[in-house]
Amino acid sequence: MGLLSRLTATIKAKISKLLDMFEDPRETLDYSYKRQLELQQEIKKGIANVVTSKKRLEHQKTKLESSVNSLNEQAREAVAVNRDDLATLALERKKQMMNQIEALSTQIQDMKLEQDRLMDMDKRLATKVEIFRSQKETIKAQYSAAEAKVRITEATAGIGEEMADVGFAVQRAMDKTEEMQARSEALDELIEQGVIQEFGTDKTRVEMELEKIKDEADIKRELEIMKQEVKR
Amino acid sequence: MIIRILNENQYIVPSLYLDEINEIDNEIVRCIAKSDSEGFKKKYAELVEIVRSNGIPMDPATIKESDLIIPPADVTFEEARNIFIGEGLIPG
Repeated sequence: MGLLSRLTATIKAKISKLLDMFEDPRETLDYSYKRQLELQQEIKKGIANVVTSKKRLEHQKTKLESSVNSLNEQAREAVAVNRDDLATLALERKKQMMNQIEALSTQIQDMKLEQDRLMDMDKRLATKVEIFRSQKETIKAQYSAAEAKVRITEATAGIGEEMADVGFAVQRAMDKTEEMQARSEALDELIEQGVIQEFGTDKTRVEMELEKIKDEADIKRELEIMKQEVKR
Repeated sequence: MIIRILNENQYIVPSLYLDEINEIDNEIVRCIAKSDSEGFKKKYAELVEIVRSNGIPMDPATIKESDLIIPPADVTFEEARNIFIGEGLIPG
């Protein structure tokens, strides 16, 4: 069996289980409609999750970008006082952050795609749910007719497939947001541990050294002034 | 013949493409068996392209069962492999 026929068969088996659930086919219609409404809620939740996850990544990216600017500034200051070692350190850290920024950009793009996908599916499902609702009432009104049973099977199978599709998209988006969440937390930890030192909360080694140099210069100057005063 | 690309849309595709689709499907199975993820990607993109370029997208206001359901265009190699083992793509 090929990949495609296997996938088709799996989905159809699930739909046929749905069709066999009730003795009265009209109940199948009502149950299926109820599931559609639930699924619409799930898809909305899925979209909210993706948006939150995307915002979090964007926030981290902004933080890293401002760190890059600071590191650039520090490297310049270090060069000005002839401390190439410190400048190298700052540039190394900057490079590390740039790599993280690049990875974040890809992830943000990915989340955007997920968001668009879910929004498209939400729109499509809404159209189908509306059509199904009116079809369901028509079919139920004509239930005495023998063909009604066939129509119920057709309508339920058609919408069942749509529901399986949407359910899968929501599941996929949820898996992805969870994965992003984990990566995002790992990055937070990395920032905290100082492997990539977050600027503003804790001082980097470069910054401390530069301050030390400045302090030393200040002290030297003050000492000179004192010596002059004592001499007088 | 109605083909659904999951997470995308249903397409009405002339049945004459069925042989070609089956041929690619067999190659995809071989790629999965050999763990050839690059080959899989290429072959699957070809298949999606056949459906998209020869099919007419179905009106979203129609509710109809498909004759063939195929994975999303961006299906990963791991997801495709999962279709062969255990629960498959669609849980529950």
